[in-house]
Amino acid sequence: MVSSSSTNVLLSADGTPLKKSLNRSLRQQKMRALLLIAPLLIFILVAFIMPIISMLSRSVENELVGQTLPLTVQSIQSWDAMSGELPDEPVYRAFAQDIQNAAKAKVHTKVALRLNYEKSGIASLFKKTARKAKKWDIENDGPFKEKLIKVHKGWGEVEVWQTIKTHSPTYTSGYFLNAVDMRKTVQGAEWQPEDKTILIKLFQRTLVMSLIITFSCIILGYPVAWLLANLPMRQANLLMILVLLPFWTSLLVRTSAWKVMLQQQGVINDVLVQLSLISNEGRLIMINNEIGTIVAMTHILLPFMILPMYSVMQTIPPSYLRAAKSLGATNWTAFWRVYFPQSVPGIGAGSILVFILAIGYYITPEIVGGTKGVFISNRIAYHILKSLNWGLAAALGTILLVAVLILYWTYDKIVGIDNVKLGG
Amino acid sequence: MVNNNSSSAFVKFDRVQKSYDGETLVVKDLNLEVPKGEFLTMLGPSGSGKTTCLMMLAGFETATHGEIMLNGISINNIPPHKRGIGMVFQNYALFPHMSVAENLSFPLEVRKLDKATREEKVNRALDMVEMGEFKGRRPAQLSGGQQQRIALARALVFEPELVLMDEPLGALDKQLREKMQFEITGLAHRLGITVVYVTHDQTEALTMSDRVAVFNDGRIQQLATPDQLYEEPENSFVAQFIGENNTLNGTISDLKSDVATVKLDSGDIIDCKPVNVSTIGERTQVSIRPERVELNKKRLPPGSHTLTAEVLEFIYMGDVFRTRLRVAGNEDFIVKTRNSSDQVRLNPGEKIEIGWSTSCCRALDA
Ligand SMILES: Nc1ncnc2c1ncn2[C@@H]1O[C@H](COP(=O)(O)OP(=O)(O)OP(=O)(O)O)[C@@H](O)[C@H]1O
Ligand SMILES: [Mg+2]
Repeated sequence: MVSSSSTNVLLSADGTPLKKSLNRSLRQQKMRALLLIAPLLIFILVAFIMPIISMLSRSVENELVGQTLPLTVQSIQSWDAMSGELPDEPVYRAFAQDIQNAAKAKVHTKVALRLNYEKSGIASLFKKTARKAKKWDIENDGPFKEKLIKVHKGWGEVEVWQTIKTHSPTYTSGYFLNAVDMRKTVQGAEWQPEDKTILIKLFQRTLVMSLIITFSCIILGYPVAWLLANLPMRQANLLMILVLLPFWTSLLVRTSAWKVMLQQQGVINDVLVQLSLISNEGRLIMINNEIGTIVAMTHILLPFMILPMYSVMQTIPPSYLRAAKSLGATNWTAFWRVYFPQSVPGIGAGSILVFILAIGYYITPEIVGGTKGVFISNRIAYHILKSLNWGLAAALGTILLVAVLILYWTYDKIVGIDNVKLGG
Repeated sequence: MVNNNSSSAFVKFDRVQKSYDGETLVVKDLNLEVPKGEFLTMLGPSGSGKTTCLMMLAGFETATHGEIMLNGISINNIPPHKRGIGMVFQNYALFPHMSVAENLSFPLEVRKLDKATREEKVNRALDMVEMGEFKGRRPAQLSGGQQQRIALARALVFEPELVLMDEPLGALDKQLREKMQFEITGLAHRLGITVVYVTHDQTEALTMSDRVAVFNDGRIQQLATPDQLYEEPENSFVAQFIGENNTLNGTISDLKSDVATVKLDSGDIIDCKPVNVSTIGERTQVSIRPERVELNKKRLPPGSHTLTAEVLEFIYMGDVFRTRLRVAGNEDFIVKTRNSSDQVRLNPGEKIEIGWSTSCCRALDA
């Protein structure tokens, strides 16, 4: 062992400071470990992190208007949108130039669609104008104010220009306002008209129903998990297979099966009528509404509740219950004061899992939810697939993500995240 | 402290049988009476049914047949929480989500005692095991020995008359175990409680108990005080199980009321005390404790039989010498002698004559 006692620095065998050679060897170890997980890391980065970042940025991005109508955006800044008067000729002229360029480059429909989210009718206005504008000579054909108003009287409406001005900045809070049933106007944010407010209600419904589903899963799952943890091996294995069985069938099949079970001419109603618990006319409506969604999703998410509960309960030795009873506790007290508190981490883990899965669930509400039982994710899907308003979809998604993170944080504050156990 | 009018014992097992699977009897025929204030230990090899008996007494297992009485009342149909029996588990079973004080106050809470009384009793119990300053800790923050004390305090805090302990010291190291043995017996006697204690450590059983019940194969092989158990084992299982023991096999050639003459398989003849042999010609296992073997012929009573032995090994152990001999074909015949000034040290290969007094040599069942 070479160590120089004269100086305070410990040296390793070859004379380099001990700290340095330790660091070097640790770094090498880390590099090797990193290399080993590199494929997974890259995959997560590309397939998970990047889409999320891209989605987050889409919810505030608004480059399209500025890119397609650069001159208009520039000259409209000097116009006082609140004046109640139409912009002056230079703005119209700039717009004529922009729309001609856009029409030639065939990009006018995109911006038309974008502005149409904010004020319906703009799309047709743009399309009609673009067709005409292709033939104009910008230098000599002025003045454009009259010309444009002649093409479509919409250009004589102050609101159209207000819309263009409000939505011209590169970044916008418009999508987020839309996501909470508000809209951006020249006066600032204001509530959407009554007939268009649906998203807040959807958010509320998503949260409330996810909570109900989580709660139903706890109620139904707890006894099953308890049985799993306490039955003799053979029966427990059989039960475990039954719990896992749903995973072997397609989600679609399971959901569709609920359709068969719950519909008005379905199995459950038939049985109830047979038992004359309900009359033939009074068949219950259990599908295409909240009940359908809750029942089907509780069933589908149940294993995610049972498994973490089970793995926690398995670690609770039966001697605790015996000890409690020997100390004079009744069965119920022993359970409630001794067993239950120790199984809470399992309930917590299961609840977080089920709640987070439920809040973003899409297929099941879509199939059995009707209009009353759909979730916010169905709306997101609608905006991505049908209305193509990706910005709004991104804003909705972001809000959902933030909501989950806040819940997670609250849970951490109240229960403590290190109290969550998925096993051992 | 043993109750004098012990006509009705405090704890009584009356022809108790237990089977878990309906095919084999784990407890075969248990008859046991424990007077009030006694420290009784159940000792036996693994799987002999000790825990099962304790669980039946605590009420966590039901007896398949027979009756268990507490204070003269059959408790077969009384649920565990109404039996008022304190219990210390092998893994302590302290509730991990409660502090030490909460653990101790649990049995008092379920008995609906008021807060002041609870606190007073908890403090008293903690002081009893010298753990007063650990009140606020969680069990996980205590060492094994400390957890053990808390478990003991918790079993005693509601002042039960009967306390059951299932290998409570199994997880502790030797030194701590000896200390705790001492403390447990001290406490038990001071409080005058009846204790049924389970262990498979025979030293523990012998040092702690008023009486020991040796279990094997679902039966009590012998129920006696520690000294009787060691010196007068009633059958070969007990002789083998308790302490060190030398055995010689043979047949009874002559049987009188206090002397049995045994012809060993090697042809040698010895005299023994008949214990559970009854007929001439019967096979027998003769048992002699290593420290009762006499190497010095002069100290033997005149006319006693001696055997020729060959020294195989001599081990110096400080206070005693341990000599391994070949005697009548048995190569594991151990002799223990005290390291005294007149004691000779033997060398391997030496041939010597050994003997013993008839009363120390017990003819048991084969
Ligand atoms: N719950 C049970 N179900 C079936 N058989 C059991 C059960 N508990 C114990 N046994 C069997 O009963 C027998 C006695 O077990 P018991 O636990 O009483 O032994 P023990 O004397 O306490 O042993 P140890 O010293 O190892 O603790 C064993 O053969 C065991 O396999
Ligand atoms: Mg045991």
